[in-house]
Amino acid sequence: MSATTPVNRRLTSFGTANLIERAPETHPLTWRLNADASPVWLEEYRAKQGYLGAKRALTELTPEEVAAEVKEAGLKGRGGAGFPAGVKWGLTAKGEGIPRGYLLCNADEMEPNTYKDRLLMEQQPHLLLEGMIVAAYANHSYRGYVFLRGEYVDAAKSLRRAVAEAREAGLLGRDIFGSGFDFDIYVHTGAGRYICGEETALINSLEGRRANPRAKPPFPGQSGAWGKPTVVNNVETLCGVSSIILNGVEWYHGLCLPGSEDHGTKMMGFSGKVKNPGLWELPLGITAREVLEEYAGGMRDGCTLKAWQPGGAGTGFLLPEHLDAQMYSGGIGKVGTRMGTALSMAVDDSVSMVSLLRNMEEFFARESCGWCTPCRDGLPWTVKILRALEAGEGEPGDVELLLELTRKLGPGKTYCAHAPGAIEPLGSAIKYFREEFEAGIRTPSTANAPQEPVGSV
Amino acid sequence: MDNSRHLYADLISSDRPAFALSDEEREEIIEEKGHYENPRAASIEALKIVQHHRGWVPDGAIPAIAELLGIPGSDVEGVATFYSQIFRQPVGRHVIRLCDSMTCYINGYEAIRERLKSELGIVPGQTTTDERFTLIPVCCLGNCDKGPTMMVDDDTHSHLDAETLMSVLEAYK
Repeated sequence: MSATTPVNRRLTSFGTANLIERAPETHPLTWRLNADASPVWLEEYRAKQGYLGAKRALTELTPEEVAAEVKEAGLKGRGGAGFPAGVKWGLTAKGEGIPRGYLLCNADEMEPNTYKDRLLMEQQPHLLLEGMIVAAYANHSYRGYVFLRGEYVDAAKSLRRAVAEAREAGLLGRDIFGSGFDFDIYVHTGAGRYICGEETALINSLEGRRANPRAKPPFPGQSGAWGKPTVVNNVETLCGVSSIILNGVEWYHGLCLPGSEDHGTKMMGFSGKVKNPGLWELPLGITAREVLEEYAGGMRDGCTLKAWQPGGAGTGFLLPEHLDAQMYSGGIGKVGTRMGTALSMAVDDSVSMVSLLRNMEEFFARESCGWCTPCRDGLPWTVKILRALEAGEGEPGDVELLLELTRKLGPGKTYCAHAPGAIEPLGSAIKYFREEFEAGIRTPSTANAPQEPVGSV
Repeated sequence: MDNSRHLYADLISSDRPAFALSDEEREEIIEEKGHYENPRAASIEALKIVQHHRGWVPDGAIPAIAELLGIPGSDVEGVATFYSQIFRQPVGRHVIRLCDSMTCYINGYEAIRERLKSELGIVPGQTTTDERFTLIPVCCLGNCDKGPTMMVDDDTHSHLDAETLMSVLEAYK
C-alpha cells in the first residue's frame, strides 16, 4: 500500500467509475483513471496518450478543421442542454478585426444529483486542460477560465496543480507546440448560487457582478465576457474533445449503441435507494434499465422503484415502465422529457411525491436569482401550495393552480431556463401521481364548512 | 432617542473603529486583479480573500475593497449579498454545509438536520453560542452516490448517519 493511498481515498469522487473495466478504445473519458483514484498528473497523463490530440489540432489542423471535426463527430453539450458543441463553435465570431475572446469552462456543477464533473476534475485535470486548449484554438480564444464552484476544494487543488504543470511544460502560454498559438488558463472559483451555471449568468459572475442571466441575443459567441466573443462549454464536453481529434470521427461514431442518434460515451449514474449507487462512463444508447440493474445493482432489498428522473432536478419524472428508454437525448425525448445530465435518480415507494417536489421547489425557489417575476414570485408560490398539500391543508383547485403555474413559468416566459427547469419535474409528477397531490386537499366536509357568523348578522 | 439607525451607521459615524485591509489581503487582491480584463472581476475573489483571513466580511471591508478595485461600494455590497458563500455576519470556527437537495432528501438528510439542530441547539443559519459551529444549508454537493452528505470547512463527509454524526464533528474543536 503506497503512502499516498489514504490521501487519494479522501477524494469524494472515488467510486464505481474507477472500478469498472475500461479501455482506451471504449472509455475515452475514464480509461486513464487509477483504481485507487490517485490523480493522473502530467507525467502519467502524457504516458497515456496525453496532449497528443491537442498537438495534432495545433500543428496539423486549422481552427476551422478542428471545429468541423467536432461538429461532424456530433459531440453534444454534456451539461444538460445538449446543444451540439461543434455548432456552437461555428457560431463564435472570429476573423479579421474581431478581437480574440474567451473560453469558459462551466465547472459550476450544482444541479441536484450531478456528480460527474467533480470526478473528471479531481482525478484527471489534464484531460480538461487539453480539451480547453483544443477548444480555444478552434474558437480563437486567447484566455480560458475554469469557472469552478467554491465547494469543490479538491478539484480546485487538482486543477491548479495541473495548470502549473502545463505552464511549466510549455503546454500553456506562448507558442504552444511551436504552432504560434498562445493561450493560458485561470481557475476562477465561485461563491455559491446555482444560477451561476446558466451560461450568461456565469459570464456576469465572472465579470464580478450579480449572477443574473443576460438577454439573448446577443449570444455569448458574439458578445460575451467583457463584450468579446465567448464560448461556454461544460467540463465533460471539453473532456470529450481531444480523443475525437486524436482518434477521428469514424472511431467516435462507433462508440454509441445501435439506435442512438447521439454519438460517443457519457458519464451516467444512478442514485437513490439502489444497491450500488455510482457513476460510470457508458455508451449513449444504453437503456436506463441496464444502468439501473446491471451497474447500480437494482433497488435495495425492501425498496420498490416508484419513479425515476433521467438526468438532474430539471428533468421530468418517469415511471418504471419507461426504463427501456435508451439514454440519449431523442431516446428520453420519446418518453416525454430530457436526458439532462444523464445521472439518474431512483425514487422508491417510501417517498411521497408531494414531499419530494416540495423539497425540490424549495431548492429552485431559494436559488432563483430574482431577476424576472415569473421565477421570483412563481416558485415561492409553488412551495407554498406544496407545503399546504403536504400538510393535508390544500384548498380545492390547488392542483389546477400548480398546473397553471407550470404553464406560466414554462419555456419562453422567463429570461433563462431556471423556472422552466423547476416546473418540468412538477408537471410530470402531477401527470403521473396526481392522486397523491389531490390527497393533500382538505376534505370537502371541512373545506365547505359554514363560516362562523360575524357579529349578530 | 434616535431610532432611525442607518444601515451603515457604523461606517458613516466618526467614532467607528477604523477598518483597513491587511497588507496580505491587499497583496492577494491586487494579484487577483491581474487575472482579469477588468478589476471589477476580482470583487468576488476579494470578498473571499477577506473572508479567508477573518472568517467573514465585516462592513468596513466593503468600501475598502471598492476603493482598491475602483468600483462603487454599492456594487461590492450587491455582490456580497448575492452569493451564498459570502458571510456578512460572523460565523463559528467551523462551518457545516449540509446538503439539502433531492437525492440527500431521499437518502434521509432530514434526520441529520434534526440531529444537528438538537445537538447544537441551533437552526440552519445560526451559530452555536460557543461560536464553534455555524450550520447552513447548501445546494447539491455533487456527492449524491454517497449521501447524505455535508461539508465541515473544506472536508466532505459521506454516508452520514444520525447515530454516528456527532463523532464526525468531534474532530472540529
